[in-house]
Amino acid sequence: MTATVPPVRHSSKTPSPGGRRAAGGRAPLSRLRLPARLRRASLPYVLLLPALALELLIHLVPMVVGVVMSFKELTQFFISDWSAAPWKGLDNYRVAVDFNAPVGEDLLKSFLVTCEFTVLAVGLSWLFGTAAAILMQDAFRGRGLLRAVFLVPYALPVYAAVITWSFMFQRDTGMINHVIHDQLHLTDGRPFWLIGDNSFYALVTVSVWRQWPFAFLCLMAGLQNIPRELYEAAAMDGAGIWQQIRRITLPSLRPVNQVLVLVLFLWTFNDFNTPYVLFGRAAPDAADLISIHIYQSSFVTWNFGSGSAMSVLLLLFLLVVTVLYLLATSLRRKDA
Amino acid sequence: MHITRTTAAATLAAALIASATACGGGSSTDGSGNGSPKELTYWASNQGASLEADKATLTPELKKFEKQTGIKVKLEVIPWSDLLNRILAAATSGQGPDVLNIGNTWSASLQATGALRPFDAKAFDAIGGKDRFVSSALGATGAEGKDPAAVPLYSLAYGLYYNKKMFADAGIANPPATWDELVADGKKLTKGGKYGLAVEGGNLSENVHHAFVFGKQHGADFFDASGKPTFTTPEAVAAVKQYIDFIAKDKIAAPGNAEYAANQSVADFATGKAAMLLWQAAGSSLKSHGMKPEDYGVAQVPFQAAGASGDTAVNSMVAGINLAVFKKTDNVDGALKFVKFMTSDDEQKLLNGTYGSLPPVKAAQSDPAFATPDLKVLADALANSAAPLPQVANESQFETAVGTAMKDLFADAAAGKPVTTESVKAALEKAQQQMPAS
Repeated sequence: MTATVPPVRHSSKTPSPGGRRAAGGRAPLSRLRLPARLRRASLPYVLLLPALALELLIHLVPMVVGVVMSFKELTQFFISDWSAAPWKGLDNYRVAVDFNAPVGEDLLKSFLVTCEFTVLAVGLSWLFGTAAAILMQDAFRGRGLLRAVFLVPYALPVYAAVITWSFMFQRDTGMINHVIHDQLHLTDGRPFWLIGDNSFYALVTVSVWRQWPFAFLCLMAGLQNIPRELYEAAAMDGAGIWQQIRRITLPSLRPVNQVLVLVLFLWTFNDFNTPYVLFGRAAPDAADLISIHIYQSSFVTWNFGSGSAMSVLLLLFLLVVTVLYLLATSLRRKDA
Repeated sequence: MHITRTTAAATLAAALIASATACGGGSSTDGSGNGSPKELTYWASNQGASLEADKATLTPELKKFEKQTGIKVKLEVIPWSDLLNRILAAATSGQGPDVLNIGNTWSASLQATGALRPFDAKAFDAIGGKDRFVSSALGATGAEGKDPAAVPLYSLAYGLYYNKKMFADAGIANPPATWDELVADGKKLTKGGKYGLAVEGGNLSENVHHAFVFGKQHGADFFDASGKPTFTTPEAVAAVKQYIDFIAKDKIAAPGNAEYAANQSVADFATGKAAMLLWQAAGSSLKSHGMKPEDYGVAQVPFQAAGASGDTAVNSMVAGINLAVFKKTDNVDGALKFVKFMTSDDEQKLLNGTYGSLPPVKAAQSDPAFATPDLKVLADALANSAAPLPQVANESQFETAVGTAMKDLFADAAAGKPVTTESVKAALEKAQQQMPAS
């Protein structure tokens, strides 16, 4: 490839390989005794160096550090010099996946809660986003305002939004119980939302409320790309609104949905802010998401080695799911 | 032209790497960025009504210190919810303040990280001697047999706050002295949407403090002599169950208290929704909720039986805030001067007076300003019947694990699920298994 590159003008000005002026360690790169061809060949790599260096620093180094930590017994005795922590081999992992022992059992429980939560929250966010995007397609009075209102949850700072929800979910003073119990008489007593089993539904509610505007935004953009003529033609052929959605809208949105569902899945599965602000550092069992669980294992009980092992396991799981998902969706596109 | 670009790119890359590593690895310098002996950074815990109130209280004192010593103090007030994480981050990176506040129950845990400078004999000499401090407060400054990791700054103890009018209306002459009496009084007071007692069921630290006191009274220690957790002894189970039963069995506390974690129980007491409250120095909070000092009384926290002695006569943890010096400070002399200033008689009187806490410095505590009826009760508890939480390295994990177990048990009780000896034992067993093996 490099051999076919035409000679560059300046090459004639540089001293020939082995020239006397190239001698001496302090010579700049241009004066090094490299053959011109090799120099040109190396140029792209030299240009890639900054990116590579940053990639190393930003992604790889912390990841490697995390993996190394997961093999250590890292407690508060060693946090000021974690490299001195004793090696533990695979013990942290063994403990994490021993589902008959308490740590593993809790991790598995938390993993299952997270799966259930993710399916429900992503599904509902997607459903609301799709419905709203389709309804917002046709121009009507106040559409712009409504669109803006829909995006508010997405634009609000997470903390402010979620803390407001936590006020509304308070058992005795919150608005939710005021509405469903005092006004609508839907429940016998005042249910708890932030402790006990209901906390799962509180979490799903807040998560969907936060996420669906993103789905709405993506799908709205996707819808703009579907030619109106398709609908006109379909309507001419007698297709109803549901048929149009099923036969035109959804298939046309498939590329958007592929990315959207993946992103929603990753965000929801890893969501830390929502449960943390809603429940504090000790989430109820029913809403013990894996991110909070790992946080608690490492930062609250100060067992960073075990927390790192759990993080690595989580990372592997998400990697596998993502790769499988990408494979499945790209294969389908080839078939089409 | 082309070659210069190559060179430039390479130089840029090298520069980026150099600068990035410089950011990451600068552990030799102090994080506050002050190599100057004329400046200190101080992390204060949030003691007053707000961070701003704390700044307003502390800033004039820091100015005073600057005038005396020429050392300028940079102040940062940190909310309790963030403080431990911030200290941990400072310990990990070696970049932190010169002087900082710690919760006194964390002393042994933070001592184990090695991030705090031990107060050896020389350091104590520099701040005026060990004898100046109340001995129970010194008991919560680190593991036994080691140089303390901190010195006491503000002291607190638990008292039983009771609403005088509600007691009179219910025909109760004296505050309860035993838990049986408290439950009986509580039942009389629980009527018409009002409850006998307010508890803070979602607050992990509150839960643990009470578990500790009930534990002592039952003869339970949550750690054995070698520092291993012993959460599931029959005594410990009975102690935790007794506290959860205020909602579960006795029903003298409102089920809604199970989710309280932001001092709502203090508000409930102040507004007459509950007649009793177990709290440390609640005076200033009650005032801010509009309750007048003459409307409530403060009594000793009850015992299991009248005439308790020894460990069964423990009715408070030694509560308080300590002052520590960060090990990586490059201004040890200045830091110690600052500790000396903050623990001086005058500052102790002024600061504790403002915060409604007790001075852990003997000379200041004997000041008549701290001889109000409620502070006298607390001072008496601190001097005679308070014990420090276990000074073991895993104390902070204990707080979280047992506090969470109790939060879950309260949630069960509030939802009407049975809380039995077995379910309490199972919850404590789970908590124990979460403790690090070491």
